[in-house]
Amino acid sequence: MNKPTPAAVPAAFNRDIKTIVNAGLQRRHAAERRFRSYGLIAISLGLLFVVLMFANIIAKGYPAFWQTYVQVPISFDPAVIDPQGIRDPAAIESADYAALVRAGMRRMFPAVEGRTELRALYALVSSDATYELQRRIHQNPALIGSSQEIWLLASATVDTLVKGNIDRTLDETERSVKDNQIGWVDKLQATGKIEKQFNTILFSGGDSREPEQAGIRGALMGSFYTLLITFLLSFPIGVATAVYLEEFAPKNRWTDLIEVNINNLAAVPSIVFGLLGLAVFINFFSLPRSAPLVGGLVLSLMTLPVIIIAGRAALTSVPPSIREAALGMGASKLQMVGHHVLPLAMPGMLTGSIIGMARALGESAPLLMIGMVAFIVDVPKGIMDPATVLPVQIYLWSDLPERAFVERTSAAIMVLLAFMVLMNGLAIILRKRFERRW
Amino acid sequence: MSTTIIETKSALDTALRPAAEAGKQSSLEVTDYDNRQTVGAITVDHPKMVCRNVNVYYGAKQALRNVGIDIGANQVIAFIGPSGCGKSTFLRCLNRMNDTIVTCRVTGQLKLDDEDIYAPVIDVVQLRARIGMVFQKPNPFPKSIYENVAYGPRIHGMVNTKAELDELVRASLERAGLLKEVDKRMNDPGTSLSGGQQQRLCIARAIAVNPEVILMDEPCSALDPIATAKIEELIDELRENYTIVIVTHSMQQAARVSQRTAYFHLGDLIEVGETDQIFTNPKHKLTEDYITGRFG
Repeated sequence: MNKPTPAAVPAAFNRDIKTIVNAGLQRRHAAERRFRSYGLIAISLGLLFVVLMFANIIAKGYPAFWQTYVQVPISFDPAVIDPQGIRDPAAIESADYAALVRAGMRRMFPAVEGRTELRALYALVSSDATYELQRRIHQNPALIGSSQEIWLLASATVDTLVKGNIDRTLDETERSVKDNQIGWVDKLQATGKIEKQFNTILFSGGDSREPEQAGIRGALMGSFYTLLITFLLSFPIGVATAVYLEEFAPKNRWTDLIEVNINNLAAVPSIVFGLLGLAVFINFFSLPRSAPLVGGLVLSLMTLPVIIIAGRAALTSVPPSIREAALGMGASKLQMVGHHVLPLAMPGMLTGSIIGMARALGESAPLLMIGMVAFIVDVPKGIMDPATVLPVQIYLWSDLPERAFVERTSAAIMVLLAFMVLMNGLAIILRKRFERRW
Repeated sequence: MSTTIIETKSALDTALRPAAEAGKQSSLEVTDYDNRQTVGAITVDHPKMVCRNVNVYYGAKQALRNVGIDIGANQVIAFIGPSGCGKSTFLRCLNRMNDTIVTCRVTGQLKLDDEDIYAPVIDVVQLRARIGMVFQKPNPFPKSIYENVAYGPRIHGMVNTKAELDELVRASLERAGLLKEVDKRMNDPGTSLSGGQQQRLCIARAIAVNPEVILMDEPCSALDPIATAKIEELIDELRENYTIVIVTHSMQQAARVSQRTAYFHLGDLIEVGETDQIFTNPKHKLTEDYITGRFG
């Protein structure tokens, strides 16, 4: 038995460890402080820009939630609405309601004369005023013959003026409102005949060329139908794919190839999916253009890789002991997955899916390719109706010159952001709610 | 790598041998270190499982070499040996849990009641219902206590009515010695129990499908001595109805609960015998070294 000879004491052991460490200590602490301050600076800068962005959007967008109305004394003259006096609904429907509006306006300003002057006066109210009267008579034919003070939608220029967005000091030729119109509006304001009310049209109307009549309802419904299709397709297929690839597929070169491709697909620019949708769904399968069905199909292609990747990550995070327990009990592989692994992985999968859906909600580029960028006035009633979506609506409005569309653009952005926050909040709640410890 | 280290160690032991030998007047024929043939009686009178020439490979690496052993009915057999010796691998061959490892390959004969469990006609679902398993770390499902025990009977369709299931769950918990503790909180999550209770819940879950054999892979290694004592007591009671195979690192535990003991070393089954004989009178030098604490 030969004991190993004790090794020579290394030279470093002879130095005093305390002084060596102390010498470098200050440098170490300084490095740590520096790193922390970089982090703080980065976060504060980021927050600053977020606050700036939100402040800008909200400042621009919140006036859009109020809309100017003018109170006009309307007399529902039977001679205009129902000249034959037989209460024929078709005749009543097609009566000249614009004449009633004009008469009402003249009644407020009897002094105005001359074609140009009168036309400027009539331009104070929106063209929607005519339809408003028609709607009221349609709802309640008993109004015929009566006189009413009715709040009518003001035109976009009046609205802009009332909101203080028109510079009165400019020369008359450089303004969209003329001096006489400003005079009338001031008079109406002084007598309380002009009022800002909550803008319900913004939420109930479809798109329109007239800013005061334009709403996001059409785009919201379009987004809803599109996302519905996206979710119904991509969630089940994505979850099933993740389960198959993670739990059942043999690990070989082919599955490796598929995995690499799925990861790459998640990074493909979204407009490419739009081109694919155009070529396959519209040109080859002849599905209708601008339809939420096609939009949903295209966005499903885009969302699937995200859901699959999130799903696989959620599945791998389920501890193997649960799988062994289930298999050890004689559960088949599908039972093991269905009864134990999938419920445990579901919160993660849902979170991934909702984040994917939020991305799809904000997507516009691929939808431009399949024609969801059209000017569509009607609110879509199904997945085959022509529709547009919120982000595309924002893009369309941002292109329009009217001041009233500028604030509507910001308002639509606020609605879109609200939905994003809602969906991400839902993801967090679902995760907290269904998260289980083991 | 580890192989070389342990072999060097046993070579060192060989060198030290005379000194140890002198201390004990051994009348046994202690076989040579290099002998890798299984020593002792591998057969029993009433075998539940019969294994012959079992070889297990993980990819190119051989984890078990020519293991042959009988597992007696209504007996507790303990597999002991140093880490990495293949005892857990062999245990997992018995209910084909190794099937889940892609690179794992098993050759040889493994029979349960004269039926080859690796035959193509055998379905692992049916096999694992007949051979239950309890794992090293308690792994109750993240469901209620009741659901944990009811899971097996449910998936196999063993019961027809809720009342029948209730009865079965209670009986299984009773057999696992857990009923009294959980009677009032059947709907609490299984994970809310203490470690020892969780392990007994896992045993209850395993016996709820009335298996013929129960495999236990170091069932007490994550438990404190009191919980361990309870499980050991339970194993002794369960022997009446089931055949039990237990892998353990604790030789005291093997001595306490088992009737037969098998000693594995680096992929070889070194020695099999009655537990009393193995611990008092080992026939192979490696076994003797291990149980006297010279390595492992």
